[in-house]
Amino acid sequence: MASTVRTPHPREKRIIFRNIDRPGWTNDIDCYLRDGGYAELKKAFAMKPEQIVNEVKASGLRGRGGAGFPCGVKWGFIKPGGAKPVYLICNADESEPGTFKDRYIIHQDPHQLVEGTIISCYAVNARLAYIYIRGEFPLGAKILERALAEAREHGFLGKNILGSGFDCEIYVHRGAGAYICGEETGLIESMEGKRPYPRIKPPYFPAVLGLYLCPTIVNNVETLCNVKHIVRMGGAEYAKMGRPNNTGTRLLCVSGDVQRPGYYEFEVGGITFGQLIYDICDGLRPGRKLRAVIPGGSSAKVLSVADRYKIKSRQPDGSMLEKEMGLEELPIDFDTLAAAGSMAGSGGVIVMDDSRDMVWALNNINEFYAHESCGQCTPCREGSLWMKKITERMLHGGGTKQDTDTLKSVADNIAGRTICAFGEACSWPTQSFVAKFRDDFVAKSAGKENGTGSH
Amino acid sequence: MSAPTELLNVQIDGVWHQFPKGTRVIEACRRVGKFIPHYCYHPKLSSPGNCRMCLIEMGMPKPGPDRKPELGPDGRPVISWIPRPQISCAQDIAEGMAIRTDSPLAKECRNGVMEFLLINHPLDCPICDQAGECHLQEYSVEFGTASSRFLEEKVKKPKHVELGPRVTLDDERCILCSRCIRFMKEIAHDDVLGFVSRGSYTYLTAYPNKRLDSNYSLNTVDICPVGALTSTDFRFKMRVWFLKETNSICTSCATGCNTLIGTRQNVVYRQTPRENNDVNSSWMCDYGRLNFHYLNSPERLQKPQIQEKEALVNSNWKSALARAGDELRKFVNGQIALIASARMTNEELWLTKRLIASLGIVDHDVVPRRGEADQILLSADRNPNTLGAQLFGITNENPGAKLPEITEKVRSGSIRAIVVLGEDLTDIGLTTDDLKKLSLIVATGILPSETTRHATVLLPGSAFAEKRGSMINSKGRLQRLNRAVQAPGEARDDWEILRDLIQQLTGTNGIYLIEDVFRQIADAIPEMKGLSLSKISDKGVSLAEEAEETTKATASI
Amino acid sequence: MEIPAELESQIDEVIGHYPVSKRSATLPLLHLFQEYFGLIEDQAIEWIARKLELEPINVLELVTFYPMFRREPLGKHHIRVCRTLSCAMAGGYQLLDTFCKHANIVREHSGHDDHLLKSADGKYSIEFVECLASCGFGPVCMIDDDFFEAVAQEEVPQLLEKYQ
Repeated sequence: MASTVRTPHPREKRIIFRNIDRPGWTNDIDCYLRDGGYAELKKAFAMKPEQIVNEVKASGLRGRGGAGFPCGVKWGFIKPGGAKPVYLICNADESEPGTFKDRYIIHQDPHQLVEGTIISCYAVNARLAYIYIRGEFPLGAKILERALAEAREHGFLGKNILGSGFDCEIYVHRGAGAYICGEETGLIESMEGKRPYPRIKPPYFPAVLGLYLCPTIVNNVETLCNVKHIVRMGGAEYAKMGRPNNTGTRLLCVSGDVQRPGYYEFEVGGITFGQLIYDICDGLRPGRKLRAVIPGGSSAKVLSVADRYKIKSRQPDGSMLEKEMGLEELPIDFDTLAAAGSMAGSGGVIVMDDSRDMVWALNNINEFYAHESCGQCTPCREGSLWMKKITERMLHGGGTKQDTDTLKSVADNIAGRTICAFGEACSWPTQSFVAKFRDDFVAKSAGKENGTGSH
Repeated sequence: MSAPTELLNVQIDGVWHQFPKGTRVIEACRRVGKFIPHYCYHPKLSSPGNCRMCLIEMGMPKPGPDRKPELGPDGRPVISWIPRPQISCAQDIAEGMAIRTDSPLAKECRNGVMEFLLINHPLDCPICDQAGECHLQEYSVEFGTASSRFLEEKVKKPKHVELGPRVTLDDERCILCSRCIRFMKEIAHDDVLGFVSRGSYTYLTAYPNKRLDSNYSLNTVDICPVGALTSTDFRFKMRVWFLKETNSICTSCATGCNTLIGTRQNVVYRQTPRENNDVNSSWMCDYGRLNFHYLNSPERLQKPQIQEKEALVNSNWKSALARAGDELRKFVNGQIALIASARMTNEELWLTKRLIASLGIVDHDVVPRRGEADQILLSADRNPNTLGAQLFGITNENPGAKLPEITEKVRSGSIRAIVVLGEDLTDIGLTTDDLKKLSLIVATGILPSETTRHATVLLPGSAFAEKRGSMINSKGRLQRLNRAVQAPGEARDDWEILRDLIQQLTGTNGIYLIEDVFRQIADAIPEMKGLSLSKISDKGVSLAEEAEETTKATASI
Repeated sequence: MEIPAELESQIDEVIGHYPVSKRSATLPLLHLFQEYFGLIEDQAIEWIARKLELEPINVLELVTFYPMFRREPLGKHHIRVCRTLSCAMAGGYQLLDTFCKHANIVREHSGHDDHLLKSADGKYSIEFVECLASCGFGPVCMIDDDFFEAVAQEEVPQLLEKYQ
């Protein structure tokens, strides 16, 4: 096994990952309690649920699963005093390629998640919650079940928590190998025991018609952990970290052609790609130059080192300054990456150097999406496999002149036309790779008018 | 009466309209002549929104600074268009909504979805039963391209699967719209179909060892927009563009589902349900649907026959009717019984009533047929016109109650002659020996039976698809049959046979058209006052007092 | 179908986690059956359907959707190698080849659904899976329920040694 010693980098700001790889730390409740754990739970239960929701709103916390939707706004959709029960589901189905952060929270610091989940349940009045964990984390599921049992034994979970009169029960629910279960309505369908086909919105907005057609909040693991810290320091204090509208810290997962891939926690926008790749991850492989970065999991559009972005940023005096930047200068936050034509997504940063063939990379990604498409709606079901077949054929020498344009056209016919965001997820890679690395694709189709397929 | 429904203002392709609140967007567009192509949407089923063919551009009123809609120079809201196209089948209209059904974006969406549906679709049109009524074919003409740019291998799936005794499935043709699954679950209450596997390899199946054998299985064939689900009975029989389709009703039970009878060159090839929200919604049961093959049977009675020296010989109508009249006149009141059928039309039953009167018959009834009702469409009464028979006094509130008495009288000899109309006497308990005891049997019918074999005078009649007339269903709805094919050989309309028989006996006539018969009925029966065969139309008319009750009861289908 | 008492009590316990709808217990029940019997047979599907008051097709729909549920038995030890981008860049495809070589698995691709490869003696089965969420430390693989990161090609024989 190669060395996977992971001591925190001095430039990191570890709040969520404070206990990951911490010497002497164990994942049982006694260790957590000795360290002051569950103090935030007690603090939360001394507050009113609306107060907690307000703190989360003030904190500006944005979902850490990939969509970046403001958590406080999502919670605000749940109207208190409704006739139907409210449910909360923790999305621990970490499956976005390039992402590897929730794994460590689950395996090494499960009580942070449990505490954050219970606080969140109290805030939105959810008496029954589930942690939907991907099937490929069997050990993680056992660890979480043990953590929940420990929490129950200590009265942090179950009936009349801390004497507050609030009952809450949390169960672990294991997935079984489907990426689409990470989509919140697909997850809800999977929880109901049906094929995880995402629901159409309107009308099935989870906050209105979610699990069992009741109001439901689905939040990512990291997001729920953040709630605990927001309760600890207060929403306003939390909002001081990061940048306006991009507050707090976030976990970045770096993989690919860097010397020191791994997980790192920074203030949102506190680091640029250049700093991340060269300073934190010790640069690229010897003799290699940077070619491309996928900034937020494979669903995010790829960024090329040849790109030029016009990014606006607010100056200390309040004015807006527009600057032209290259890839390496981009600070990593939600708004900047959106302005650069991509997204911060799940925080999975995949670095590719100049040894990588982009057709090969896109084909690998296309195969993932073709495999994971649930098949419910026409464009994604047919288009994802079609795109994979084209890039596969190109890789094996069967490329034709039309392929590059066909790829783009097929991707354009999927994005925006599907039931769920998987349509964008499977077409953005093709759109961006073809747009930014067209030469790689044209090179694979040189000289042939028609392919070997049927005509 | 419920409160009047609120009307909402909706702009469709630049023109403002009003629709009742609760109208689906796709229905609103259809009402103003803007048909939006679709596959998975069906007005009687839930809307999953998965085919994506009905994508259109949608906009909502732009909110002004005071949060109220900003108004334009025409006093109407200014529309803020949603950049992402929306499906029109799963959303109801809202106040101020605007729709573009034919913008460049909407067209692009349709063309895109069309292409996706065709890339893995097998080129089966030359051998596919759906050709001619296939939505994929139709929309590909409008929204497809002349040639394909798909160069890859198509996905292979099971073909020619026997999904059930009456339905054949071809998984490669299936576009995974899920209409069949939703129908079986929501309407037929038999959740037997489902999708297996994942992504582009998903295909439809029933669980192994479970079959699609519900009595409503063939409705899935109707609603399948492509040739994935086909009727095994109809498979490879006839191209649908050759079929003439006649509006009629099913006569296999008292529900009277509205149907389309598909024929060509005087042969019935299939029946399909015709939508009538007061009777059968858009469905019919398999039993009634397939109950037509006997029409084409080579055993059909085609010539009038007379008994001579213990054998039946062919005759002609004039002689046969004259013989029947002569024989009947030999008997006095009380010696003749009449067994009619609750499968006869009102017009035939009305003339039967006059025949009974002219012969002074007191022993008459119909043959009841009972089965189990299924709470969906199939009625427990398997006769289509029991109410008609009751209304005209051929039978009473207990159909068949008088049959034991009649059989007794036949055995004891006090009844010596029977007129049998469209039934078999062995069905009411008489044996062939009993039949031989009778001095006279005058029978109408369409297929041979013990009764027809022992008839003194045999008068071949018409089957349901061969006649025009009316019947009353179990809910008191007066519905019309239309003639789809001609009766074979020399067989005639039963009402004309009865009219001529009455003329033989009484000398009176005065009826030349079936409309005349109906006029007589309308004059004599208060419930039918003011009606005529054309007024009934192909949708029927509710006679029952509680007309609202009828609509409510069938609306739950 | 014979269900041992300890499995049945686990099943009943799990069903209790879903007070609102028994159907939600389908996935956990399938996991229990997969772990206990190593595969999901027709009888299991029918048993689960009866227990949860569903139609067998409702259960079959799930079994065929999720790759972790098998209709055929796996090898005594099952190896999963990640093939998604970061691991592929780190040598995931070569890792599968190396495993196949040392586990005596012949790499024959029969058809789409047949992506599960087995050794002739049934000791090992192997397949590619999608992202296992440890992309920075690729190539990654799982053998049974155990997870291994940054697997060097040379380590494969000694890894297999532990799973005999």
